[in-house]
Amino acid sequence: MSDGRDRRGTDVNNRLINWFRYASPQSFYPLAGRMWPWFAVAAALLCAAGLWISFFVAPTDAQQGEGYRIIFIHVPASWMSMFIYCVMAFWAAVGMTLGTRLSGMMVAALAPTGALFAFLSLWTGAFWGKPMWGAWWVWDARLTSELILFFLYLGFIALTSAIDDPRRADRAGAILALVGVINVPIIYFSVKWWNTLHQGASVSMTKAPSMAATMLWGMLIMALGFWMYSIAVALYRVRAIILERERNAAWVRELAEMKA
Amino acid sequence: MTALWTVLRRDLLLAMRRKSEVLTALFFFAIVSSLFPLGIAPGVLWVGALLAAMLSLNRLFAADHQDGTLEQMALSPTPLALLVSGKVLAHWLVSGLPLVLLAPVLGLQFDLSGRALLVLMASLLQGTPLLSLIGAIGAALTLGVRGGGVLLSLLVLPLYVPALIFGAGAVEADIAGLGIGGHLSLLAAMLALAIFFAPWAATAALRVALE
Repeated sequence: MSDGRDRRGTDVNNRLINWFRYASPQSFYPLAGRMWPWFAVAAALLCAAGLWISFFVAPTDAQQGEGYRIIFIHVPASWMSMFIYCVMAFWAAVGMTLGTRLSGMMVAALAPTGALFAFLSLWTGAFWGKPMWGAWWVWDARLTSELILFFLYLGFIALTSAIDDPRRADRAGAILALVGVINVPIIYFSVKWWNTLHQGASVSMTKAPSMAATMLWGMLIMALGFWMYSIAVALYRVRAIILERERNAAWVRELAEMKA
Repeated sequence: MTALWTVLRRDLLLAMRRKSEVLTALFFFAIVSSLFPLGIAPGVLWVGALLAAMLSLNRLFAADHQDGTLEQMALSPTPLALLVSGKVLAHWLVSGLPLVLLAPVLGLQFDLSGRALLVLMASLLQGTPLLSLIGAIGAALTLGVRGGGVLLSLLVLPLYVPALIFGAGAVEADIAGLGIGGHLSLLAAMLALAIFFAPWAATAALRVALE
């Protein structure tokens, strides 16, 4: 593909959409550099708005009082932990089938953020559980499967750091990510399949939500803010990974930040 | 005495440079200690079986990898997934099946009834092949990797927790007088999925490790 032609001889640069334009680290690096500040600003604004709604606008809950407000962190963090794992699995599959090294770098860039959100989800859940259920932790289906998700993130990070060759590390990590992705639907449907202590789904794509509108909006805005944050951090981190892995390439040595 | 401090400092410095090895052991402790609350009495037997079978998972591919037999297997015209299935079956017959046969004897220590012991055997009969299959994926992923043993457990244990929950749950349900059908069916379903997909995933991991 070095002369810009694909397997059928078509010049990729003349096609309507060149899907591989940013598939090389060299072209993606400046793109990510331009993109991440926007996402960071969006994240800051959305999180600020979400937190303001969560503290000052959303009403006191009839049953849970003020303590329920932790859901504005807990639910978005849980959503992000599951979503990021799915995104990791997606890029892992792309990397394994197409052999692109940038995909593997993206998976490695996403893992720490996903692990952070899984950890946050478990801890904020415990802070909620203690006043509401009287227990920091119960072994019900959703909590256990979220804990498994956290351990899967840690396992991925441990495996990829233990292998020296970055390409082999990417491929091994990709297999682990793909094997573990079956856990995500289990977490999501666990409250439907089992009689769990964790409350059921209040937000659905097909029915009206069973919570007050302001609470729902606060949660959605926080979720969007966390999503923007994840994108910003992943783009920033992948830039660092690119620099580390491609450090011997000429284009890296010519960069302004390398010459500083 | 200076020599002592020097060696101490040197080893600490080396350990800090490979933080992942240090942290892996820590996470192993965290994961294993989180396994026990999942089932007291029968759960302890299940976790024991789990840890015992995990100790031998390293040997699944390591010996063949060292003397080059694994590469010959990968080059042969027979599908590697089939050969991997053979190795996993041998591993189960040697490490898993003896656990199934020994479990009732150990179960007597916990004062389990005859029926509970049978349920324990049935659940372990489905669970130990599951461990060999899932363990094969982990063993293939960590082939020749530094810190292999603990890293292997770190990878395999989260994948194994559902089997532990249903396996130990079956025995607990029997002790409590509730039905065991659901637990054993789900365990069988997981085994059926693993028999199909695990050799395939392990083969992919082996090809990654053999390059």
